[in-house]
Amino acid sequence: MWLSLIKNLVRSLAVLLVVTFVTFSLMFANGAGIAQAVLGLGATSEAIQAKVVELGLDQPLLVQYWNWLTGAVQGDLGMSFYTGESVSSGLATRVPVTLALIVVTLLLTAVLSVILGVTAAVRGGWVDRVLQFIAVLGTAVPAFIIAIALVYVLAIRWPVFPATGYVSPDVSFPGWVASLVLPVTALLIGAVAGAAQQFRSAVLDTLGRDFVRTLRARGINERYVVFRHVLRNSAAPGLTVLSLTMLGLLGGAVFIEQVFALPGMGQLAVSAAAISDVPMVMGTVLVTIVIVLVVNFLGDLAITILNPKARTR
Amino acid sequence: MTLNPETVGPEAVGGHPDPEPVKRSVIGQLLRNPQGAICLAYLALVVLVALFAPLLAPEGPNVTDLDATNAPPLTPGHPLGGDSAGRDILDRLIWGSRQTVLAVLIVVVVSVLLGVTAGLVAGFYRGRFETIVGFVTDVIMSLPGIVLLIALYALTGPNISAAMAVFGVLIAPTYYRLVRSIVLGVRNELYVDAARVVGLSDMRIVGRHVLWAVRAPVIIQTSFIMAAAIGIEAGVSFLGLGDPAGASWGTILQISFNGIYNNAWAVLWPALVISLTILTLVLLGNALSDVLQSSARSKIVSPRRREALVASAPRREKVEPVTGPVTAGSSGDVVLSVRDLRVGYPTADGGVNEVVHGVDLDVRRGEIHGLVGESGSGKSQIAFSTLGILPREALVLSGRVLLDGEDLLEDSQRMLAARGRRIGYIPQEPMSNLDPSFTIGDQLLYGLRAARPMAKTEARSRLVELLVRVGITDPDRVMRLYPHEISGGMAQRVLICGAVASDPDLIVADEPTTALDVTVQAEVLELLRELSRERGLAMILVTHNLGVVADLCDTVSVMKDGHIVERAGVEAIFSSPQQAYTQQLLSSSRRVELMEI
Repeated sequence: MWLSLIKNLVRSLAVLLVVTFVTFSLMFANGAGIAQAVLGLGATSEAIQAKVVELGLDQPLLVQYWNWLTGAVQGDLGMSFYTGESVSSGLATRVPVTLALIVVTLLLTAVLSVILGVTAAVRGGWVDRVLQFIAVLGTAVPAFIIAIALVYVLAIRWPVFPATGYVSPDVSFPGWVASLVLPVTALLIGAVAGAAQQFRSAVLDTLGRDFVRTLRARGINERYVVFRHVLRNSAAPGLTVLSLTMLGLLGGAVFIEQVFALPGMGQLAVSAAAISDVPMVMGTVLVTIVIVLVVNFLGDLAITILNPKARTR
Repeated sequence: MTLNPETVGPEAVGGHPDPEPVKRSVIGQLLRNPQGAICLAYLALVVLVALFAPLLAPEGPNVTDLDATNAPPLTPGHPLGGDSAGRDILDRLIWGSRQTVLAVLIVVVVSVLLGVTAGLVAGFYRGRFETIVGFVTDVIMSLPGIVLLIALYALTGPNISAAMAVFGVLIAPTYYRLVRSIVLGVRNELYVDAARVVGLSDMRIVGRHVLWAVRAPVIIQTSFIMAAAIGIEAGVSFLGLGDPAGASWGTILQISFNGIYNNAWAVLWPALVISLTILTLVLLGNALSDVLQSSARSKIVSPRRREALVASAPRREKVEPVTGPVTAGSSGDVVLSVRDLRVGYPTADGGVNEVVHGVDLDVRRGEIHGLVGESGSGKSQIAFSTLGILPREALVLSGRVLLDGEDLLEDSQRMLAARGRRIGYIPQEPMSNLDPSFTIGDQLLYGLRAARPMAKTEARSRLVELLVRVGITDPDRVMRLYPHEISGGMAQRVLICGAVASDPDLIVADEPTTALDVTVQAEVLELLRELSRERGLAMILVTHNLGVVADLCDTVSVMKDGHIVERAGVEAIFSSPQQAYTQQLLSSSRRVELMEI
């Protein structure tokens, strides 16, 4: 059991290195271009040359990556090209906002999609058809369009919730909840549509397995078969669904933060990318990948613990 | 796992989901499907608008008309109104469709080229290439693509074509995984082997067989990829990372959204066009999979539809079995009788495929009644019917299952009360019939106490005793184990123990020895015989193995194509089979025995 988890961990670290290196080399391969972007179109070539040296972009790529990496391990992700602010401190205020958004959404997604998916699989009939319909709509309409619709209806037309902005829970808890209702709902619809559908097929899969038939044949009542045996055996695919959902939410959050002007990581990445503030973008890429890998690792860990085959070995 | 067609349900009895590639043209079939036809028409419209944009809106997307600033819809000259810079929204959307179509083309070309090619190569040649591509695929799929696209923007600036090409790379793994798994499946199939033997070159094999097999799934997948491409193109533009001068649906939406307080209508149109186009592609994908692989979609039929199907199913002609002399030992009172049982499955075209045609069967106390026939002859369907554990798609079209004269099919409560308590079930495949997540003891205890309410300690001691009886020497240890920790033979003993523990009158055993080693088979048969004798159990023994029948059964019913064609005592069946089919079955089984010697 531990062996496979350690393997996963090593693999995750390899992924981390590969992806950061590829992104890094793409972004830093063209030092003059970056300097030009930072200085603006009117910059003289001397000024650009001076900027390249100032930003350390004239050093060999591997040296730059090594410096960045050793810094990153110690929590130093460099400085913004524009404000001179440290990337780490910029991220420190942004990451909690994004995490709040996606963690709340993920928890709600888990609860709702388990309920919907299990009901649809076990009951069939109209519950199932409604779910299929919602699933098609929810996967087809992009989250940012759902978000815009929500803003228009519930913040502009009937101002029930704030249209934009974020309130920290330290400042006001009700304010925090109110500021998250619409963004979370916008993300939730697509996430539930996708996840419930997959929960449904996981449960249908388990329901079709031989031991379920045998349990029924033994006279065990259906509710017990579903709640104890079917759910228990659908848990591993369910966890996989949730870790994939988390991945989707990280991407979706970028759009949602834009619509609701939430000062999160995605918004930081977009505004930094728009002005070629490469260290800032690099920092958000790194944090995103770390979140993904941590989530995947936790998912693997939970699945391993749930699986008696891995546990008893 | 062995896949006995009889245990997998409707595909087996209704003919396997047709692996034959589509014969008629895909487009032709789609047009006959209303959903598909509507979707295709809409998409054709979008493509035509994109192609003829210069004719439809000759002035281009960026002409400003100050009078039209934030004009509402239906303003003369501006049917959908104007945006905050006074540009005509309809014209802009028309021009925007060009960028959408272009983006979709780039994504599809890049991802199909990369994903399908890599999938074909990896699936066919395997080896190091498969390992490396597998790792790259895992890496790509574990990243939120949009974050990388944002990073790309920092590098290249507004270049939507480059962004779409990168997105094509990021989404290529979905094709790769799909194609690889299909190729792996096809590769192992007989016809490719045969082609190899004949001496066709590898490329010809790929071309002929494999491409044919991956065609339908790739077409379906492409529809969903196109939907994703439109979403991401609109999304990137909406974030402001598109070309600010160009008209893209996402850019139009972004500009309108920034002015939502002044002109909410302007937001509606781009949002509608984007959503509708994506929705159409998703629906087209669903329609395509209905047309190309009808078996892949949901099989849950609503209760009302089930009733209608049962009512409308035509009755197939019933074949009366030839009956021979019955052995003396089986003359006790009838425990279970099946009368006129018909079972069917819904077919893709809305009909019912009847697989058991009006079968009658009687089992007496102390009798072991063999139900023999080839795979797919309907034996297991009868066994499952007596316990009410048919697959959920199955339809009981008519008939009664009488336990001591009371019909179990008519009353689900009565069936529940009988199941596990008065009728026990021994399955075919021991390992897959134990829940892998619970210990043996847990499963046995709960099963017994569900059937016969009793104290836990009492149930436990009873089970320990019975486990010893079925040949497990260290019951306490075995009860603490998980199913994967015991052998197949031991698992079958556990299942027999589970079936017998609640003291039933009748045991339904579905090929109880097929999945076991030969030596273990003999022991399990012996055990079943002893248990039946000790407890006066009646038993329905489903099998295709005539050796097992000769060894164990008192009476035999021979099944063919959903009919019982002959019924007689075991001696009569073996000494003077009446039906041509029974004779054939006997002679072929003798041939097999000779071959095995």
